[in-house]
Amino acid sequence: MSGGNGSLVSVRNLKKYFPIMRGTIIERHVGDIKAVNDVSFDIIKGETLGLVGETGCGKTTVGRTILRLYEPTDGAIIVGGVNLADVTGGDLRRMRRQMQMIFQDPYASLNPRMTVGSIIAAPLEVHNIARGKEKHDRVQDLLQMVGLNPYFVNRYPHEFSGGQRQRIGIARALALNPDLVICDEPISSLDVSIQAQVVNLLEELQEKLGLTYLFIAHDLSMVRHISDRMAVMYLGKIVELTDRDEIYLNPLHPYTQALMSAVPIPDPDVAVRRTRIILEGDIPSPANPPVGCNFNTRCPVATDVCFVDEPVYREAKPGHWVACHLVE
Amino acid sequence: MEALLQVKNLATRFYTDEGIVHAVNGISYAMEAGETLGVVGESGCGKTVHALSIMRLIPSPPGKIDAGEVIFDDGRDLLKLSSGDMRLVRGAEIAMVFQDPMTSLNPVFTVGAQIVEALKIHFAMTETEAKGRAGELLEMVGIPAANNRLNDYPHQFSGGMRQRAMIAMALSCDPKLLIADEPTTALDVTIQAQIVDLVRRLQAQLGMAVMWITHDLGVVAELARKINVMYAGYIIERGDVHSIYKRTRHPYTIGLLGSLPRLDETPGTKLVSIPGLPPDLIALPQGCPFYARCTYRADQCLEEMPPLEPTDDEGHIVACWRWEYVAGRNA
Repeated sequence: MSGGNGSLVSVRNLKKYFPIMRGTIIERHVGDIKAVNDVSFDIIKGETLGLVGETGCGKTTVGRTILRLYEPTDGAIIVGGVNLADVTGGDLRRMRRQMQMIFQDPYASLNPRMTVGSIIAAPLEVHNIARGKEKHDRVQDLLQMVGLNPYFVNRYPHEFSGGQRQRIGIARALALNPDLVICDEPISSLDVSIQAQVVNLLEELQEKLGLTYLFIAHDLSMVRHISDRMAVMYLGKIVELTDRDEIYLNPLHPYTQALMSAVPIPDPDVAVRRTRIILEGDIPSPANPPVGCNFNTRCPVATDVCFVDEPVYREAKPGHWVACHLVE
Repeated sequence: MEALLQVKNLATRFYTDEGIVHAVNGISYAMEAGETLGVVGESGCGKTVHALSIMRLIPSPPGKIDAGEVIFDDGRDLLKLSSGDMRLVRGAEIAMVFQDPMTSLNPVFTVGAQIVEALKIHFAMTETEAKGRAGELLEMVGIPAANNRLNDYPHQFSGGMRQRAMIAMALSCDPKLLIADEPTTALDVTIQAQIVDLVRRLQAQLGMAVMWITHDLGVVAELARKINVMYAGYIIERGDVHSIYKRTRHPYTIGLLGSLPRLDETPGTKLVSIPGLPPDLIALPQGCPFYARCTYRADQCLEEMPPLEPTDDEGHIVACWRWEYVAGRNA
C-alpha cells in the first residue's frame, strides 16, 4: 500500500460539497456548503501529518472523506495505486482495513451497551479475522498495548474516565493492524494532564507499530508537537503545508502567521516579547466564500489582486507549499 | 494597598445521594483593586465552584457554602448579605462572564433587550437612555455597526460576537471585579486572541480587577499578574506569574506545565504527563490529594494535608511537604 515517492495516501483535488436544500415538499438545490474545496496533499508512510484550522475550516471533513465516510464530490484519494473514490462494496471494506479512525468524543463513539471486549473485537468480527480464543487473546493484547488492564474486558464504557475511553477507542482502531490512523481531535475533550498521557501513547504506538497518522486538531501547539509536517486549512482549502519547524520559524501565509502569533505560550517572559497579529472579524460562511482569495476579508496585507484571482496552491520552496499571491 | 476581595477559609460542599462532594476545601487569598488573577486547574478542581460561591450562585440544595468569609471592598461579608442586598452586588459590583456565550444569552430576546434589562434595573434608566447606552457598550467591545445589531437575536451573532456581547453586559454597570470563567474555551484561537486583547484594553480603560478562570496555562501567562493553582478543591500553589512559571514549586504545577506542549518547543521534546487521575471528591484522601499521582511523595504526605507555606520567593506560597526538595530537583 504505497504510491510513488514514499507516499501512503495521495489526495488530489479533493472536493466535498454538502448541498443546501430549500422547500418542504419539492426540495430544490439552492447552493452548496463547500466544506472541502480542492485540496491536494500526500501522506508519507510513517509520518504524522498534522491538519490544523479553526472551527468549520473543513479539517474533519477531509479526514472523513479520505475514509469514504463521506462520498467525495470530486477528486481522487490514491492508495497503493488505486483510487479509493472509485472503489465500492467488498473492495472498499477490504481497503478500509488499512485505514482506521480515532474519534473526538470518547463518550459518543463507544456504544454504551457493549462491553469493552466486544467493542474492541467488533472490527475483528466484521472483517472475519479472528474468532474464539484467538480473538480473545488479540483483545487482551490490545488492551495491554494501550495501557489498560486486560482484566477490564467485561466492563462497560461508563465505568471508565475520558482518557481511558480514548484508550479504548485507540485499541479498537488498532485491532486490524492498520497502516494509516486518522486521529480526529482525539484529545480535545480531555484535561491537560490526560492529553499528555494520550499523546505520549500515540507516539509510542507509532514507533512500535510503524503507524502513519493524519492528526486533525485545532490546538496548534499539540499538532506541532506530534507532527512531522503540518497543513493549515482555512475555509475548505489548504493554505500552507510544510515541515513542522519551517511552518513555525518561517510561515509564509498571512493566515498561518496570524494563527501562530495568536497561540498563547505558557511562559510569561516569552508572552511579553511576542507581537500579536490580531485578525479582524470572523470566518466567512463556507456557503458563500469570498471571491478571489478566501482569506481576503480578514487578511491584513491583502492587495487588489487578492479580491479578483484565487491564489494557486504551489510549491514556493522545496517541500513548502502555500497559496498566496504575495509570496514570491 | 487595600484588598478588594478577601476570601477566607471558603468551603463549599454538595450534599448528593452518592455522598458529600468536597468541591472547595477551605481556600484563602486576597485580590487588590485593578489586579488580574489567574485561577488555574483542571475539571473538577473547584475553580468554578469557588467563583460561584463568591457570587452566591451555588445551587442549593444540593450545594452549600459551609464555612468562610468573602470580604468585599469596604468590608462587607458577601456570605452574610441578605439575598436582596446580594442582588445589588451581583452585576453592579461583581460581574461574571461564562464559558458558553450561547447558553448564557436568552435565545428568545434580542441582544439589545438583554443589555437594556440590566441597565434599567441597576440605573433606573428609561428605555431610550438604556438603548443608547447599550449601543455604546456594544461599540466599546468592538461590535461593528453596534446600534443596528441591538435588535439581533443571539443566534445571529457569531461565537466571538456573543462573548463580546456578554462582556458588554458584564461591564454595563462598571463593576469593580470581573470574573471571567473560561471565557475563551469555546472559541477559536484567533477569536480568543481578540477577546484577550479586548479584556486587557477594557481593564486598562476602566480599572477593574479581573479574575480569569481557566485550564489553559498559556492564556494566563500573558494576562495575569498573580496565579492560584487549584487541585481537588485546594489552592496548592499561589504566587506572582513569573515565579509560578519560572520557579515552580508544587509537583502538580510542574506536571501541568510539563504536560503542555509549547509552540516554540524544540523538536523531539517529550511531554511529561502526570500519571493517573484526580481523586474522587466524595472520598478525598486524608493526606495530600495529589499523593497518588506524585513522583516526589513520602510517607508524611499520606498522613496529613500540607498547609500553604511561604517559599523563598516573596508572595509565592505552596502546599507541599517536600517543596524544597522538589524545587531543588527542578532547578
